[in-house]
Amino acid sequence: MNHIKTVATAALLVISATATAAEYEVTQKNKAFSVKELNIKVGDTVKFTNQDSFFHNVFSLSDLKTFDLGSYPKGEYKKVTFDKAGKVEVECAIHPSMLMTINVE
Amino acid sequence: MKQAGVGVGRKLLVASAIVLGTWTAVAQSGEHGGVPESGDPSLQGWLLPDTPPYPAGNEPTEERIALGKQLFFDPRLSGDGNMSCATCHNPMFGWSDGLPTARGHKSMVLKRATPTIVNAAYNTIQMWDGRKKDLEDQATGPLETSVEMNADFKRMFEFLNLNQGYKRAFEKAYPGEGINKQTIAKAIASYERTIVSNDSPFDRWIKGDKDAMTEQQVRGFRLFVDPAKGNCAACHSAPNFTDNGFHNVGLASSAGENADPGRYAYKPIKILKGAFKTPTLRDVALTAPYFHDGSAKTLMDVVEHYAKGGEVKEHLSPNIRKLDLSRQEKEDLVAFMEALTSRHEPVTLPKLPLN
Repeated sequence: MNHIKTVATAALLVISATATAAEYEVTQKNKAFSVKELNIKVGDTVKFTNQDSFFHNVFSLSDLKTFDLGSYPKGEYKKVTFDKAGKVEVECAIHPSMLMTINVE
Repeated sequence: MKQAGVGVGRKLLVASAIVLGTWTAVAQSGEHGGVPESGDPSLQGWLLPDTPPYPAGNEPTEERIALGKQLFFDPRLSGDGNMSCATCHNPMFGWSDGLPTARGHKSMVLKRATPTIVNAAYNTIQMWDGRKKDLEDQATGPLETSVEMNADFKRMFEFLNLNQGYKRAFEKAYPGEGINKQTIAKAIASYERTIVSNDSPFDRWIKGDKDAMTEQQVRGFRLFVDPAKGNCAACHSAPNFTDNGFHNVGLASSAGENADPGRYAYKPIKILKGAFKTPTLRDVALTAPYFHDGSAKTLMDVVEHYAKGGEVKEHLSPNIRKLDLSRQEKEDLVAFMEALTSRHEPVTLPKLPLN
């Protein structure tokens, strides 16, 4: 069964969700993530979409979850599923002032 | 951070796009090849604040700046007593040293070029590899480094504490805080915050003086920001002509196992292999040679490098690609970068306290 989960922050959109796992979207625009902090559940997926006219490279070196989504241009996205509870710091390798935290509950 | 909404006027929408460092909206909407005219409100995001930001606890004061200037120019702080900050960050060379890469302690040849300190105060991250967060964090780095100033801190603190002129200057600048690494760093940072370039022909053109730049320089600006032409502003973005980001620009020196890892040494992410911080272009005509390895002698060499899409493609920044630029357009870009040099008051040298 699918359902739509509404998130208070306008820039944060739920694309699709199932009864057990939701999908969130975090965009990169004007050299910033659309949210500084995101609370999700174990098993949820986050879609990172570049809305800038130049490349971004989303990654995390957190103990809980390490990933490097590589560089991708405007309009493209990559998804990450978070399968353990804890805190994940997400950054852009190219623009170090871009930081956000994902709290996986 | 605002996003353009329904009903927002075209100019305002364009302004927010530029302020936030993107150019697409302007490139698509403006006249004359995508760039509005001199003085247009949409361009004001290219202007720097009159004074740079400073951290809590280190508001620039006359006393702090004066002390910082003395420390900046004082060679006695170095291990051999013969190198000051100004040895490499020399105002006669645009606050760099005119060398391909720096010379350090005992004239050792270092592997990276001396970055200018012009407008470093506006940067949100310091050093070619970003290992220092702000000016206070950076200021004592070269003193501490054995291949640079190689300072003996114990001896240096003895010298400063025995020197009545310095003792008085520290007490005036930082009452009750003493003479230590923190107050030295804070004073030098305060002086560096006065080394600013924000009154160039480009700035005056942005403010509405349409004759401040030549027609060629205006053409160069249009090419500079046009993603389909120079694409320079993808990284050298408003207002300080840097995105405070890290890119491998495909220099010949980036090939091979012994290549300088750059930012990768601190953030081991593939795209950062051989990536270095985007330098400001303000006062760039004063700071040749160029690139972190000093491999480009002139601004035209730099433009030629980017026009061919870099030399080494491994780990190359995806923002860099072969460019469609005529000889005239390359010259226009160089002419534009020459319009980024500010009018500066002559630099006066401080009187150093002898004892």
